[in-house]
Amino acid sequence: MSASEPTTEIIEADILVIGGGTGGPMAAIKAKEANPALRVVLMEKANVKRSGAISMGMDGLNNAVVPGYATPEQYVKEITIANDGVVHQKAVMAYATGSFPMIQYLDKLGVKFEKDGAGEYNMRKVHHLGTYVLPMPEGHNVKKVLYRQLRRLQVAVTNRYMATRLLKSRDGAISGAIGVNTRTSEFLVVRAKSVILACGAAGRLGLPASGYMFGTYENAANCGDGYAMAYHAGAELANLECYQINPLIKDYNGPSCAYVTGPFGGYTANNKGERFIECDYWSGQMMLEFWRELQSGAGPVFLKLDHLAEETISEIETILHTNERPSRGRFHEKRGNDYRRRPVEMHISEIGFCSGHSASGVWVDENARTTIPGLYAVGDMASVPHNYMLGAFVNGGIAGADAASYCEGVDLPDFDAGFLKAERERVLAPTRRDDGLTPHEMEFKTRRMVNDYLEPPKVTAKMEIGQRRFAEIREDLNQLCARDPHELHRALELQSILDCADMAAAASLYRTESRWGFYHLRVDHPETNDDEWFCHTMLFKDEAGRMAHRKREIAPYVVDVAADEMAAYHQLRVKTAQAAE
Amino acid sequence: MPIITESKSAAVVIDDAKCIAEKGCTVCVEVCPLDILAIDEGRKKAYMKYDECWYCMPCEADCPTGAVKVNIPYLLR
Repeated sequence: MSASEPTTEIIEADILVIGGGTGGPMAAIKAKEANPALRVVLMEKANVKRSGAISMGMDGLNNAVVPGYATPEQYVKEITIANDGVVHQKAVMAYATGSFPMIQYLDKLGVKFEKDGAGEYNMRKVHHLGTYVLPMPEGHNVKKVLYRQLRRLQVAVTNRYMATRLLKSRDGAISGAIGVNTRTSEFLVVRAKSVILACGAAGRLGLPASGYMFGTYENAANCGDGYAMAYHAGAELANLECYQINPLIKDYNGPSCAYVTGPFGGYTANNKGERFIECDYWSGQMMLEFWRELQSGAGPVFLKLDHLAEETISEIETILHTNERPSRGRFHEKRGNDYRRRPVEMHISEIGFCSGHSASGVWVDENARTTIPGLYAVGDMASVPHNYMLGAFVNGGIAGADAASYCEGVDLPDFDAGFLKAERERVLAPTRRDDGLTPHEMEFKTRRMVNDYLEPPKVTAKMEIGQRRFAEIREDLNQLCARDPHELHRALELQSILDCADMAAAASLYRTESRWGFYHLRVDHPETNDDEWFCHTMLFKDEAGRMAHRKREIAPYVVDVAADEMAAYHQLRVKTAQAAE
Repeated sequence: MPIITESKSAAVVIDDAKCIAEKGCTVCVEVCPLDILAIDEGRKKAYMKYDECWYCMPCEADCPTGAVKVNIPYLLR
């Protein structure tokens, strides 16, 4: 790389938010609303205008708790059941009670939700038990609305800086983060009293079946940086073995989107055009039935719409091809797919971590606090299950407000200059070599091994081989070579991906039972074992720097769930006369 | 071991006749979440520099002159 050494700039703030997608901007907004005098810095790897999971907007709310349709108690119960009981209910309740006020807040800012003739929200049922889906046919402007509000409240935005490690003070509290510019490799150190992690899912973990590394379900920039940074700082991560695995449009690898089409009469079908699951809401049990259907020879599985009326199909097309992943329409066009004539082929995605859809995240309580004082996590990377976009907003808001009050009680903490120096060397190491392995080939190999050894059904012997392969790749890091700042940014991302691969293997081996349907289906431990494993599993870096585990008791429920209700998601398969025999 | 460069077809295609990068426009480069676009310093036109497209489309949606077209990468088509 260039002969001159990249500079290091050090700035001070009260709150540093890392990640400018969904939860991050809302955390910054709510911190500023709580106390306009606070210095809030928002650090983003891409550009806040178009970053994160909702860069092109969103086609609906998947978990809206709207009065008249659902109560927070009903929602907490549904999410508890969908997660086999392993939830921190207080955090889910904090989301549920914040859900409707957040919808009203977003509505006021200019986000458009579908309303009926009387101006009421047009709620739809997709979940197994309750009604929580609110379409957003004009949901393409969400990022613009957020950006306007960030400007209005004078949040300081630093685009194109990738955070690499968190800083801690001598007494163990959070004290900021180190960032590196993805275009110049210059360093920016933000000292802060509090840090809010909002870095999205680990969506570049498994390799898409197409072999195309950036053909992921998640925005491919969301590669697990937040998980890796939290781990290295010593925070606890929860239930990582509860992978994210999604039913997607085959090859395109994006949402198909049964949540949008379901209320219009679309459904998931087998190769005979028959329904085989009662409910298309994504859960581990739903994915297990999907996988079984493929195994049985009744696949491929399709999204079936061809039985619907022309005006219904046109409406679906308008929603799906202008929001969230608008290139869906372009994909269908090339394939000759037409919702009117042919169902859309679906498949099972590669694995990732994402609490937005499952439950694998950095542990947070009902105030979005992690296990490190002053450090918060929100959105897809925080452990509140099935949180989706609205959950990222609500929990982002909770974190922003809580961090604002936390800042009042603390002075700007110190940080370890030696640590900063060592981190600079770690980051720049791939630029010191003229020859070696490219970030792309190391990433491809890591992710292929993730597919080969970590995908469910999970086999102990395979996961152990996977761990050995990851250790070998880790040894190869001393050959990793980056020729320019862009490659260096990919080289750093590769290291986050490798950390997540190790965490996925270790977490899956630790929980010696099967739970959450397909997400943690362990061949060597096929039964659910509530006596041993009705608990959260926590993964963390111990004093010696090793990956360690412990169990965390499930806090007493705030909403009771009867034993017979708890099994509701275990009965998703459509009952046929044949199956009853 | 030497590093080689591999040529691939570009998913993001820029219509040079419409692109106004020579007037200082960098909108597509700025909005790309994966940072794969750049301005060719010689021709003063935007182009896809890295084969890492997520086909998300902000570059196309935000281009002020309609010069950008996002195609689905060949491996997925």
